[in-house]
Amino acid sequence: MTADATGRKDRPDAAGRGSRPDGPGRAGRPHGTGRPAALPAAAARLGLMVLPVAFFGVFFAYPVAAIVARGLHADGVWHLGRLTDVLARPDIRHVLWFTTWQACASTALTLLVALPGAYVFARLDFPGKQVLRAVVTVPFVLPTVVVGTAFLALVGRGGLLDDLWGVRLDTTVWAILLAHVFFNYAVVVRTVGGLWAQLDPRQAEAARMLGASPLRAWRQVTLPALGPAVAAAALMVFLFTFTSFGIVQILGGPTFSTLEVEIYRQTSEIFDLSTAAVLTLVQFAAVGAVLAVHAWTVRRRESTLRLVDASRTARRPRGAGQWALLAGVLATVALLLVLPLAVLVQRSFDAPDFAYYRALTSDEGSVFLVPPVDAIGTSLEYAAAATAIALLIGGLAAAVLTRRDAGRLVRGFDALLMLPLGVSAVTVGFGFLVALDEPPLDLRTSWILVPLAQALVGVPFVIRTMLPVLRAVDDRLREAAAVLGASPWRVWREVDLPMVRRALAVAAGFAFAVSLGEFGATVFIARPDNPTLPVAVARLLGRAGELNYGQAMALSTILMVVCAVALLALEGLRIADRTGEF
Amino acid sequence: MLLALERATVRFGGRPVLDAVDLEVAEHQVVCVLGPSGSGKSTLLRAVAGLQRLDDGRVLLDGRDQAGVPPHRRGVGLMFQDHQLFPQRDVAGNVAFGLRMHGASRKHQDARVGELLDLVGLPGAGRRAVTALSGGEQQRVALARALAPSPRLLMLDEPLGQLDRSLRERLVVELRELFGRLGTTVLAVTHDQGEAFALADRVVVMRDGRIAQSGTPLEVWQRPADAFVARFLGFGNVVPATVAGEAADTPWGKVPVPPGSAQGERTLLVRPAGVRLVAADAGLRCRVSARTFQGTHVAVHLQPEDAPRLEAACALRDAPEAGTEVGVEFDAADVVVLG
Repeated sequence: MTADATGRKDRPDAAGRGSRPDGPGRAGRPHGTGRPAALPAAAARLGLMVLPVAFFGVFFAYPVAAIVARGLHADGVWHLGRLTDVLARPDIRHVLWFTTWQACASTALTLLVALPGAYVFARLDFPGKQVLRAVVTVPFVLPTVVVGTAFLALVGRGGLLDDLWGVRLDTTVWAILLAHVFFNYAVVVRTVGGLWAQLDPRQAEAARMLGASPLRAWRQVTLPALGPAVAAAALMVFLFTFTSFGIVQILGGPTFSTLEVEIYRQTSEIFDLSTAAVLTLVQFAAVGAVLAVHAWTVRRRESTLRLVDASRTARRPRGAGQWALLAGVLATVALLLVLPLAVLVQRSFDAPDFAYYRALTSDEGSVFLVPPVDAIGTSLEYAAAATAIALLIGGLAAAVLTRRDAGRLVRGFDALLMLPLGVSAVTVGFGFLVALDEPPLDLRTSWILVPLAQALVGVPFVIRTMLPVLRAVDDRLREAAAVLGASPWRVWREVDLPMVRRALAVAAGFAFAVSLGEFGATVFIARPDNPTLPVAVARLLGRAGELNYGQAMALSTILMVVCAVALLALEGLRIADRTGEF
Repeated sequence: MLLALERATVRFGGRPVLDAVDLEVAEHQVVCVLGPSGSGKSTLLRAVAGLQRLDDGRVLLDGRDQAGVPPHRRGVGLMFQDHQLFPQRDVAGNVAFGLRMHGASRKHQDARVGELLDLVGLPGAGRRAVTALSGGEQQRVALARALAPSPRLLMLDEPLGQLDRSLRERLVVELRELFGRLGTTVLAVTHDQGEAFALADRVVVMRDGRIAQSGTPLEVWQRPADAFVARFLGFGNVVPATVAGEAADTPWGKVPVPPGSAQGERTLLVRPAGVRLVAADAGLRCRVSARTFQGTHVAVHLQPEDAPRLEAACALRDAPEAGTEVGVEFDAADVVVLG
C-alpha cells in the first residue's frame, strides 16, 4: 500500500477547535487536559486574580453588603422578618409585577423588531451596510438619560407627536417599551446577527439537497443553530430592562416604577433603608438566576457550531421578499432609532441664537453651583479614569480566564465579575456613600469615588470584549514561543499582546462610553458642584421651565455626540480589523 | 546519550497516553516515531519539550533530569504540526524570534536570519507576511525558526503532514540532506511510514502509548514485529498460522516459509509481491474482486473460498479483470513469520 494509508489529517476548523496534534479522533479531549508545568502556572493565575478580587470585594461586595446590613440589621439583631413584611406590601408587589412584565414585554418586542434586522445585517449585502451597522449600535452606548430625554422629545408633552397630532405616550407604558427597544435593538442584531453571518450556509443547502423546502430548511437547520444565540440575546435584553433605571426614571413619571427606580426612591426620597435593602436582595436573586441561565446558554453556543468567515455569507437581496424585508428594516431603523435622536437634536436648537447651548455656559440661575457646561469636562475626566481602572482590572481578569482548563474556582470568578451588570447600580452608589466613609477607606470626599463606581460597570464589558480574542489565540502559538525560549511573561508580551491590541482599544471605547453614561450609581456620589453629564441632564429635567428643558436637550445632544464619536472610532477599528492582516 | 526517556508516563483522565516509554536518541541521530492517530506520539514530543508534565518517569537531556525545567530553558526546538507561525510578524520576525529570546544582538540576528532563509530555500523572503505564504513556504519558515537558536535537539511534529504529496516527497529529501549536512539531532513524529522511512536513521513504531517496535527502516520494513506493525505499514495479508519446518498451515492452505523461521503457533505475513497468480486450476482458487491502479503496479484483491481476502501486486499488463477466476501460489522469499 501507499504512503497515504492512514489518511491526511483534518485541518483545525474555523473556530480553532479539535486541533489537538493527535488529530480528529481525539478532538473531544479538552485542549489543556494535561498539566503543563502545573504548579507555577496555578500560582501565577492566583497572583493575577488578587487585584480583581480585591477590587470587587472592596468596591462592590462590601458596599452592597453594607447597605443590606444597614437595612436588615439593627441593635445587633438580624430582622429577616422585614423581608416578608416588605414583600407583602401591595405597592411593592405592584412594583415587582410591573418590573417583571415590562421586562418580558420589552424583550419580546425587541426580538420581534430586531430579529429581521439581524437577518438583514447577517445575510444581505447592500450599499452603506457598514455605516448603518454603526448607526444601529449608537443607541446601545448612549446614556440611558439621553435615551429617556430623546423619547420625551418625541412622545412627551410638547414633543413631536404632540405637536403634530396631539398624541402623547409618556403617560403610557409604550414610551418605556419603545425606549427599551431603541436601546436594545443593537444587542439582538449584534448577538444573533453576528452568529447568523458566520453560520455555514452549506448546512442549509445540504438540507435543501435532501428535499427540505426553504422554510423547512430554515426551521430545521438554521433556527436550532441560532436558538442559543437568540436565548442569550433575549436574556441580555431582559437583564438590561429588568434593571432599567434612567429610562424609567425619566419616562415612567409617578405611575411606573421598576425595582431599581423604587430602590432609588426608597433610599433618596423616603429614606426607608430596610425596604431598599429587601428590594436590593430581590433584584440580586432575580439577576443571579438570569445570569446563571445566560452563562449556560453561552457555553452551549460556544461548544457546538461550525462557523465560517462572515464576509462570505452575505448576498445581494433577491426577490420581492428580501427587498421588502430590507425596506422594512431600513424603515424601522429610521423611525425607531434615528427619529428620536433627530428630534432630540432639533429640540436642542429650538430657540433663537442657540439659547439653550449658550445657557449651558452661564451659572446664573443654574440648578448647579457651576455652569452646566463644566459637566462635560468633569464627565470626560471621570470616564477616562474609570476606563483606565476598568482596563487594568478587566484585563487581568481576562488573562486569568483565558485558560481553557480553568477550574471551578476560576469559573466562579467569571460569574462574580458579571454581577455588577445586574446588581442595582443605585445600591452600589448608595453603598459607596454608606460604606466608604470611614478610615481606612474614607473616600467620600475623593473624586476617585465616581470613576471607581463607573469602572465597576465597565469591567464586564472589557472582559466580554477581550475574552473571545484571548481564547481564540491558539495555545500552541504560546507553546511555540515558549519552546523558542520565551519566558511566560515574554510569551504574553510577544504573542498575546500584539493580537489583543485592537480588542483592547475596542474594550477601552466601550468602557469609556459606559462610564460616560453611568447614571444610577453616579447620581448618588457625584458632588453637587461636580455633576457628570447624565446627572446634570436629569437635574435639568427635574426642574420646571422651558429653559431647563431646552438645556437638558442641549446637554443630551452633546453627550450623544461624544458617545457616537467614541463608537464610530471603534467601528473604524473593527472595519480595519476585518480588512487587515487577519 | 543526548535524549533519554525512562519509563515516561502521561495519563489523561486516568488513561495512559504515554505508557512507561523508554527511548534514547544519540547525538546526530535522526529518529522517527511512527504511529497512528492517538498513539501518543505528539504527547511524547510535548513531554520532551516540557509542555506536558510527566505523571511518572523521567526525561533526561545530556544526562540531566528535566523535571521542573520550564520549556523555555530546555534548549530544544519544536516544529509544530501546523507550523504555528506568529501571524503578526513577517518571515524575518518569525525566524529571529528565538534569537531575540536568547538575547542575540541585532547584527547577529540579521546575519543568522539571512543564513537560515538561504538554507531553507527562501532567500530574501524576510519582509514577506507569513499569512501570504504557501503551505510549503510556511513549512520552510517554521523549520528556519526552529533551527535559528541552534537547539541541541530538534523535534518535528508531523513535519510534512499538511502538504500535498509531491511537495512532501521533495521536502523529505531536502530535510534528509539538510540534517545530514548540519549534523542536527532530530526526533520527529509522523503517521506516514513513507516519510518516516525516508527521513530516519531509526524508526520507532508506537501503539497505544507503548513502543511496538524499534529499528532501522529496513529492519522494520522487512520484519515487522507483530500483526499490528505489519497492518500499520499497510500490509493486509496477515493471518494466524502453524509453522512446522519450512511450511505453515494457514487459512489459505500450505504456505512455504523461509528457512530458519520461528516454529509453532505464529502470525504470518505475505507481502503482496509474494502472491503469485497462476492458472485457475492450479494453487488456491480465488475470484478477483477488485483491482486498483497504484502507479508502479496494480493491486489485485482476491477472494478465496472460505478464507480471508488476499492482496497481490501485479505488473500492469498481467493484471486480470475483476470477476476472473485465478489460482494463487506463494513465494517463500516474501513470506515473514512474525514474532
